[in-house]
Order: sequence, then structure tokens, then C-alpha cells
Amino acid sequence: MSEATFDLPNHRVAAADQPAAPTQGYWKSVGQRLIRDPVTMVVTFVLLGILFITIGAPLVTSGDPYSGGILTRLKPIGTPGHWLGTDETGRDLWTRICYGGRMSLLAAIVPVSIALVIGGFLGVVAGFVGGRLGNLIMRVMDVFYAFPSILLAIAICGILGNGLRNAILALSIVFIPPLVRVSETVTAQARQLDFVEAARASGTTTMQIIRYHVLANVLGPILVYATSLISVSIIISAGLSFLGLGVTPPQPEWGLMLNSLRQAIYVQPYVAALPGLMIFLTSMCFNLMSDGFRSAMDVRLNK
Amino acid sequence: MSAALSRPIPAPVDPRDRGGPAQPMLLVEDLRKHFPVRGGMLNRQVATVQAVDDVSFSVRKGETLGIVGESGCGKSTTARLLMRLVAPDAGTVTFDGDMVGAPGGITVNDMRRQMQMVFQDSYSSLNPRMTVAESIAYAPRMHGLAAQQAYDRAETLLGQVGLNPRTYARRYPHELSGGQRQRVNIARALALEPRMVILDEAVAALDKSVEAQVLNLLGDLKARFNLTYLFISHDLNVVEYISDRVLVMYLGRVVETGPVESIYSRPRHPYTRALFASKPTLDPDRRTTEMPLTGDPPNPINPPSGCRFRTRCAFAQAICAEKVPPLEEPLYGEGIGDSPHLVACHLPEAQAAMGVHHA
Repeated sequence: MSEATFDLPNHRVAAADQPAAPTQGYWKSVGQRLIRDPVTMVVTFVLLGILFITIGAPLVTSGDPYSGGILTRLKPIGTPGHWLGTDETGRDLWTRICYGGRMSLLAAIVPVSIALVIGGFLGVVAGFVGGRLGNLIMRVMDVFYAFPSILLAIAICGILGNGLRNAILALSIVFIPPLVRVSETVTAQARQLDFVEAARASGTTTMQIIRYHVLANVLGPILVYATSLISVSIIISAGLSFLGLGVTPPQPEWGLMLNSLRQAIYVQPYVAALPGLMIFLTSMCFNLMSDGFRSAMDVRLNK
Repeated sequence: MSAALSRPIPAPVDPRDRGGPAQPMLLVEDLRKHFPVRGGMLNRQVATVQAVDDVSFSVRKGETLGIVGESGCGKSTTARLLMRLVAPDAGTVTFDGDMVGAPGGITVNDMRRQMQMVFQDSYSSLNPRMTVAESIAYAPRMHGLAAQQAYDRAETLLGQVGLNPRTYARRYPHELSGGQRQRVNIARALALEPRMVILDEAVAALDKSVEAQVLNLLGDLKARFNLTYLFISHDLNVVEYISDRVLVMYLGRVVETGPVESIYSRPRHPYTRALFASKPTLDPDRRTTEMPLTGDPPNPINPPSGCRFRTRCAFAQAICAEKVPPLEEPLYGEGIGDSPHLVACHLPEAQAAMGVHHA
């Protein structure tokens, strides 16, 4: 059967019959490499754990994040009934960390997702079309780049007023320029590759080329970068709450909790550090996860 | 039998052949591309690179035209201009009697269905996210062939370029060797059943042994599918081996053209002779004695006036700086039949100088 397909006898050299090695799809092999990477796996489990205690907060704690009492103020870690201690108004810290994570994660992931859609679109357009339109998009983004991201977020929040929704909006605006820049760069690189030229030479439309040739090669790096932005987003959104621009008290949120526990740092330093520890842990996990994605997506790195 | 063999054997006369065998497959007239060089304040245009300047030639049906020249002489730009990957500044391209992109002619897309290109870099010209079969099936699918049929055609083509479809169809480009990838690229170029294929340094990046295999494959495919080739290379031996006619380019212009035997045995242009002199001989009794060229080609941003080769030419005289030499029959000697040997040089003594001297 297979012999029949070789109608050019001179060229059998290259066709030495090797056993048909089953080659899996690209994303499947990426998944396999991810599973084999211990750091990424640990980090993923930690993130899943954090996700579980925040989304499933009522399952892991029976307390009320808003109820405290003057008698239970600033209890140390390990107090019976409050195993992570209590904050400055006597509210159970474990409960508040669980519920507070909801806000923190929301304020971290939603802005990056919004920025990913808008920034990714603008960047791919700017990178593929280039010319005047590309220049216009990139120069507008440069204007945003002139401000440090935290200052820009504070300024936008200051204009829009505080509250979670405005904080998310401000962060989205802050993350659009870096995402545009990264997607523009990778798209412009992909556009120059010969296979895009070859696709043009085969007479297919621009939309087909973007869909089949550009997006598939560009999405990976953009997603990796977006994941690493989540960790920045957690820190900035916590910073906004810390400054009183994001979530308003008495709602629990890690940045806000860090701020209000600040005064208690000499009384209960370990308790006061806990919200900060959660911010650090989550942010670092997202960062390491994006590193893991990056190396797993590198086709040529290993098999 | 596998369905893979169902591809029809091309009829001796291609139904798409409209002008008959005497009409050139490709007629290129005064093709020009000058790239602007921008810089300074406000991104003004400060200079132009004259990449391709008034290039004219024709490719006959069923022949292989080889284009040779140093790097930067405009060979690849010419290929890209022909495929309209770069828009020309001036000039016309006529494909089998139909002017490309002109009213009453054929559209660029119709031309691209009949003319395909193989690129030099076998790795970057394949999408790393697509399997080999997907890459080959891509163009037919985008032109409306059903997915399964396109895939079947890809498998057939893989067999025809000497790769076992069972082994290779589902592989990714990084899992293949350079020669295998270039075979895939050839299969991809053939997927739209073109009548003409432009091979832009298609074998330049391959090992010598693999290069020979791929050249043989190209020869077989040409006979089998009635193809016409435009073969671009800097390798004089390869061009001599595969071409029927040769076009020599220097700094964006054609300096000499003619049948391969005529050019290789009696090169008329001093540049062509210098080019051949640079080819090392393997016979110690026939050492090359012609002076090799010294220096680099002049900057194409400000090419020399008149004949562009005059700055490196041993015969240059005043007229060479004043007038652009037209591409004409040699000032002495024979043109061979209907396939003339043309040379762009003012000076009979330059043209008459001996071919490559051998002591």
C-alpha cells in the first residue's frame, strides 16, 4: 500500500520507512510538558487552593467577615476559635482572608482579561497592518507609557472616584499599553516570516492569514505575558485599596486589610503581615506559572 | 489502491494554456522597484535603493530560466515583485498573454493560482503550528476545496515529493530535516497545481548531497506536471545544471541573458566573466587566470551612472559613465537561433575579451 505512493523511484532515500511515530498536536504536547514541570504543578495547586478558599469561602469558614467585637481585638495567631488571629476590630482574620481574596482576585484577573482583549486586538492590528494606523496606535500607547503604571492607576481612580468597578476600569486602562506593545512586537515579527509571505503568495485573504497563521503563533506569547501581568495587577489593585481608592471598608480585601492592620504592626506583627503574605504568594504563583507556560510553549526547546 | 493516486495525469496540452507553446509563459517588461530610505527629521525620504531597475525578460513555456548574481543584485526582489508580494513601482508582468492586475488582464489572485513560489528558508516558510499535511492542504482549502479532499491531495503530494505520507503527514516542521522540509515546501507550492514555480534560492541552504536529490526531484516534477521554472540562485554550477536559459543580474539590472551553453561557454559581459572566474576550478591544469573582481558592489542607494558595472570594470571608458548600455545582441559573433544571447555593454573589446582564461 505505502509503496504505491512512491512513484518517483529516485527519491526513496529521503523516504526511508520509519515507523509512523504518532505526533501529537501542539497544545497536547504543551500540556504534557506542563505536567512534567514540578514548579508549575506546585504553583498551580497553590493557586487552585487559593481559588478554593476564596470562592468556596462559606465552605471553609463559618464566620462572618463583618462581625467583630471589642473583646476579641488583635488576638494572636493560634487563638482558639480564631486560628489566624483577629484584626483591629475583632473580626476573624481567616474568614476575612477567605472573603477578601474574592475581591483581590477579581480586581487582579478581570482588568487583565479586559486589557488582553482590547490590547491584544489593537496590538495585532497595529503589528499586522503597520503603516500609519499602526503608528497611530503605538504612539497613543506611548503617551500612556509616559506615566508609571501605579501613578496612572491612581490618577484614573482619582478622576473616576473610588470603588471596585472604577479600580478595575483604571487597571484595565493601565494594562492595555503593555499588552498592545507586546502583541504588536510578536505580530510584526510573525508577519515577516516566510510562511506568512507564502500564505499571501497562495492568494488567501488577509483575515484567513491572520486567523490561521498569525494568531496561532502570536497567542502563546501574549497569553504568557498576560499571566505575568496578573501578578502585577494583584499588587497594584491591593495598592489602590491600601490607598483607599479601590474597595471601600468594611468590605474585606487584602490590600485594604493590610492598610488597616498597619497600625497594629507593633502589637501583632505576624497577624498584620498575613494579608501581605497572601498578596505575595498569589502574585508569585502567577509569575511562576507564566514562566512555566513560556518554557512549555517553546517548541524547539525539547520534546 | 489508495485514493492518493487519483490525481489525474496532466494532459499533454494544459487546458489553461491559452496562447499556445510560442507565447511566453511570463513576459516582464521594465519592472522597477525603488525602496525609499527614510530618516532624518520627520521621516523624510532621504534616498532610494534601486533594488530592481527596468528589468525585462521572458520565460517560455516549459523552460527553466536561471537568474544569477551576487547577493543584493535584486534577484529575490524580482521574485517577490513577480508574486506581487511587493508592489512594483513601474513595469508590466504578462502571464500567458494576460497582463497581471490590469483591466482586461488577470487579477493578482488568479495569477497566484498559476504561479507559486518556494522560499529559501525551509524552516521559516512553514508554519510551526501546523502539521506538514495541514500546511500543504491550506491553500486548496482556502480556495474552497473540502477539508478531506484537501488533506487527501496533501498526502498525494507528499508521496510525489518522495515523503511517505504515513510517516510524515502528521509531523511538525521542527521534526523534519532541512531537505525534508524543502520537499514539503515544494509540495505546498504544487498544491494549487500551478503552471509556473519560482524557486528563490530553494536549494541554497541544503547539504550538497541533499541539494542534488532535491534538484533531481525538481527535474522530475517539472516533466511530470508540465511546469515552467524560474530558478534563482547564486550557485553557478546549480544554475548551469538546471537551466535552459540564464539571466545575469548586477545591481538591479540585467547585464546578460541567453541560452545556458552560450552564456557558460562564451560569456560576453565583463561582469559575467568575472563571476565565472570566481568559480574555483577543480582541475589544477586549468587554473583560472582571469582577474577576479575586487571590492564590493557599489551601494545601490547611489548606483554609478551609465553602466553600473563600470566602477569595477577593467575596460571602462567615458561612454560607460554617460549612457546606460541597452540589452542587445553582442557586437560581434552569433546569436543562436530564436533564443538570442543579449548583453548590456557598449564596448566591443570588452565583449570580445576571451572567456574564462585557462593557462
